[in-house]
Amino acid sequence: MSRWEQFTDTFFNGRVMAKYLPDILSGVVVTIELAVLVVVTGIAAGLVLALLRSLGVRPLNWLIIGVVDLFRSLPPLVVIVLIYFGLPSAGLSPSGFVATWLSLALVQMAFSEEIFWAGITSVARGQWEAARSTGLSFGQTLMSVVLPQAVRLTIPPLTNRTIAITKGTALGTVVAVTEILGQASSAMSNSYNPSPLMLGAAAYLVLFFPVVVAARWVETKFAWKR
Amino acid sequence: MADRPIVDARGVHKHFGALHVLKGVDLCVAERELVFVIGPSGSGKSTLLRCLNRLEEPSSGSVVVDGIDMLDPRTDINHARQRIGMVFQSFNLYPHMTALGNVTLALRKVAGKSRAEAEALGRAALERVGLADRAGHTPGQLSGGQQQRVAIARSIALEPRVMLFDEPTSALDPELVGSVLEVMRALRESGMTMIVVSHEMGFARNAADRVVFMDAGSLVEEGPPAAIFERPAHERTRAFIGQIQRH
Repeated sequence: MSRWEQFTDTFFNGRVMAKYLPDILSGVVVTIELAVLVVVTGIAAGLVLALLRSLGVRPLNWLIIGVVDLFRSLPPLVVIVLIYFGLPSAGLSPSGFVATWLSLALVQMAFSEEIFWAGITSVARGQWEAARSTGLSFGQTLMSVVLPQAVRLTIPPLTNRTIAITKGTALGTVVAVTEILGQASSAMSNSYNPSPLMLGAAAYLVLFFPVVVAARWVETKFAWKR
Repeated sequence: MADRPIVDARGVHKHFGALHVLKGVDLCVAERELVFVIGPSGSGKSTLLRCLNRLEEPSSGSVVVDGIDMLDPRTDINHARQRIGMVFQSFNLYPHMTALGNVTLALRKVAGKSRAEAEALGRAALERVGLADRAGHTPGQLSGGQQQRVAIARSIALEPRVMLFDEPTSALDPELVGSVLEVMRALRESGMTMIVVSHEMGFARNAADRVVFMDAGSLVEEGPPAAIFERPAHERTRAFIGQIQRH
């Protein structure tokens, strides 16, 4: 066996791949479900927090900043473990899937809030003044004038966070969520061969391609003509 | 009705922390009057203007515009502001909207017009500033002078009772100033009450009814343009006029 054959037999073993493909595919479904839930709820919650923060109520802002800084600093794995093994003491027993979703959504919320907040504060004060001088209320100004400009700036960093948090779904393995990486690594230990891991990697690539394309599309859609 | 001033500000004080920016300024402006406010930078001209529509909260004093007490907490400030147009030095157009979008936003959201009504009024306002053919352009596609004229259209579309101009030509290249002043002159001829903070002394001379000179947060003197420019009564006014006319 040549070195090249040795390499392909180890990493791209067709027999092993065919055997474990169904497992990996079921993992893909779980990862997609988890990622969509995390990204949608996390970004929505982050936007709500950023909007609340723009009201400028001091005690509320301290609370928001505290929560955001907490979930930005904690390793997501710690949050998952705390929720999965901690909540039962409070009488709640979330499944591994729900615990992972909640944890990653909180982390995604924290980062999204900071991204939206940076976007809102980067809109020039003159925009607020012009809109308010024509009689628009605070809320109308925020929704019609400031947020559309802020969102445009937030798309590239939000895309980065979305990709990072989607890869973070792999942490669900510690609480027995059967997503891509969980399926791949158990297939790897069953077959004594890392080929399923390569399948998993390919699955991630296929998964992220549409995300990146969609982000580029949204970016051009929100860009204004100069 | 005829005697009631459109703008009646009395004893307006404004503090920014330890800084006393306005020290009890009185300003009354009659209907159809064009008042020019001049003075050195930092004299409080812009702050005074911004106190009139409460973009800046006066520390004390009273501001009544078209019979509405602007400082009364019960006043619907958003409703009151519709009647006070404001034009800014840096235009402050919404960059993500077309010229027409800029002009119709408040018509739809504040004045409650339907989209069709707002667009008809918006196009009429753009027509008045000579930009009917630029309705679909975004601010980035317009020159500075055109942007400022769209900003004026955004205000006049709401049919304000008074227009405030905060250094409307200061950010413009010299060759673009004329087009904006022309729109302001036409506005004045249509009977609009205007308060203008600006250094366009030529425009002040032949368009203003009254010139107000401010220095260090106080109103130093006021009078017809000829009197203020040729025979200022105060030493500070004389020094300021002398300085700007040397250039």
